[in-house]
Amino acid sequence: MWQRIRLEPSRFFLHLAVLLIVAAWTLPTAGLLVSSLRDKDLIATSGWWTALTTTERSEQARMKPPADQVQKDGHSEISGNLFEGTDHAGQISAFGTRVQNPAEFSAGATAQLQDGRSLTVNSDGSYVYTSPTAFTGDRGQRVFFVTSVPPKFTTDNYRTVLFSEGIGRSFINSLTVTIPATIIPILIAAFAAYALAWMKLPARGFIIAVIVGLLVVPLQMSLIPLLKIYNATGFLSKTYLGIWLAHTGFGLPFAIYLLRSYIAGLPKDLIESAQVDGANDFKIFMRIILPLSFPALASFAIFQFLWVWNDLLVAIVFLGSGNDQLVLTGRLNALLGSRGGNWEILTASAFVTIIVPLVVFFSLQRYFVRGLLAGSVKGG
Amino acid sequence: MLTQVFWAFATVLIGVGGCVGYFYASNLLLDRLFPASASNDAHAIRNLKIQSSVRPWLFLGPALVLLCVYLVYPVIETLILSFQDKTGSRFVGFDNYAWAAKDTQFRTSIFNNFLWLLVVPAACTFLGLVIAVLTDRIWWGSIARSLIFLPLAISFVGASVIWKFVYDFRGEGQEQIGILNAVVEWFGFSPQVWIALPFWNNFFLMMILIWIQTGFATVILGAALRGVPEDTIEAAVIDGAGPFKIFWRIMVPQIMTTIVVVWTTITVLVLKVFDIVLTMTNGQWDTQVLANLMFDWMFRGGGDFGRGAAIAIVIMLAVLPIMIWNIRQANAERGGGH
Repeated sequence: MWQRIRLEPSRFFLHLAVLLIVAAWTLPTAGLLVSSLRDKDLIATSGWWTALTTTERSEQARMKPPADQVQKDGHSEISGNLFEGTDHAGQISAFGTRVQNPAEFSAGATAQLQDGRSLTVNSDGSYVYTSPTAFTGDRGQRVFFVTSVPPKFTTDNYRTVLFSEGIGRSFINSLTVTIPATIIPILIAAFAAYALAWMKLPARGFIIAVIVGLLVVPLQMSLIPLLKIYNATGFLSKTYLGIWLAHTGFGLPFAIYLLRSYIAGLPKDLIESAQVDGANDFKIFMRIILPLSFPALASFAIFQFLWVWNDLLVAIVFLGSGNDQLVLTGRLNALLGSRGGNWEILTASAFVTIIVPLVVFFSLQRYFVRGLLAGSVKGG
Repeated sequence: MLTQVFWAFATVLIGVGGCVGYFYASNLLLDRLFPASASNDAHAIRNLKIQSSVRPWLFLGPALVLLCVYLVYPVIETLILSFQDKTGSRFVGFDNYAWAAKDTQFRTSIFNNFLWLLVVPAACTFLGLVIAVLTDRIWWGSIARSLIFLPLAISFVGASVIWKFVYDFRGEGQEQIGILNAVVEWFGFSPQVWIALPFWNNFFLMMILIWIQTGFATVILGAALRGVPEDTIEAAVIDGAGPFKIFWRIMVPQIMTTIVVVWTTITVLVLKVFDIVLTMTNGQWDTQVLANLMFDWMFRGGGDFGRGAAIAIVIMLAVLPIMIWNIRQANAERGGGH
């Protein structure tokens, strides 16, 4: 047996090689998932692979101006918080008064500065700055400090994209497109497949050849004529009905091809004995063929579902770009244009769009693979 | 929003009900018009004959109509449109094709499509074969295969976001948040704007499709490899052949048909690739491909259906050999069977 052949290179390298390939294949998606759960400032300033470590950041701030000084025990004092007025928070680990050495003193220590002044900065950002003589000037003294930002995970990004970036609405739109566009072709194709597999038909060979040919016809061939028809009819243009029919039409060749080869493989005796019992083809189809074809129907349903859910081209050609019609892929494409640098928006949105296919895929992988093996003529 | 959900649900019921209703009613009508239990035998036999010649068309009808409207007619119409002007009102002969031959964008697209066709199917098939063989021999192979297979469920747009993040660029000195530039910096090189590097950026876009399709190749080729008869391999082992020799000389030749199927399937997909280019670069920095160019011409400046159609025909011509091969293959397989 192949498995028992002595391995060369050794098993260790085999495992290592597979591990590396798997890592290369999963890291991009992992990066997306991890980033979508991170704080947006952190996404923009550090790599997602550092998400679990505390990051150190050098920052600077000004203390309050001398106008705010108070007299206490015979010396002047300015106190406040370095984080005041910013939305940054974090732990200050060290501070200094010169840009060359922002980590001269550790947090909580009292720094003795020139002219008898002293400065204490605590880790929470609060500071006390004292001087034996009154402070002069009109701007506050600059302080440099190092903050350590602990790992921070949040679901805020998801809340933002679902409710204010329109992803939630697009999710509903995608479902509206996908569910009918998956169910309708199954029925139509199943009847056609049975006719092509078991019924006496004059041009059967020719019809099958045409369907096999249509399997690989690029979608691009259909777009312009269909767009013209749709615009002329009006009721199909930019409507859900229009896109359901379009997806049905585009999905049919693969559906008929897949189902026909499965139905043709069902045992002949079963159908013949039903015929002897006086059942006509309609009864045979409903009572025998349909229940027995469940695996093939499921395979196709998964395919069509993934293909419609993931489709961008058909959706942007046949549906409008309004809030009530933009599907997830279209919305994500629009966000790529308008929110190009906002990775917290993009990663969370992308994850929402891919989560449904991933769940379908993982729960029904068996049927999916079976469909792939049966119908690997189609190009997706 | 709730009304939309309601309508979607209602349409599913109406659509599915309509389908079932059509098939049920048309069959019932046929049975009533030509009853098989007619008074005399001659009548009954005649009616049965009529039934069995009409019924297949009732079954096939809806599918044939949809196929004609959505695929057969558009193919013919696109061919005609490609010889007409931008609105389809005037016959212009080969003008659209002549324009295409001179257009720099079109030439770039042809060149890039050629690159894609050369690299992606080959890379996917090769990686698929290697991964199928490697994962077949370790205990966690099926988990590994699932993880490599997973991108197949992700949309091209989703995959583009994932990879845009991988390729993200920050100026030198800033901390990189794209993993590719972080790795490049770690090795001591300077970070690059990967998707804007002319010529090489094509390969960074191809990587996305390879990432998606390798799982497909792995599954199909893995199944084929498992179907290779063991005695042929045992015989080779007895003859003293090494693993590499067994792989290339015994296994690969036996699964050649499957390799061709995988290769052509990915080839067809590559010709249609549109979403990746649209979302990553929209054809900028010399990454244009035919499918995206065609989309451009459908809508750019009010649309030029003649040029768009001409580009679609060029894509179709590239698919044609595969189509013919598939039909031949299917006819041969069917042979004399039902």
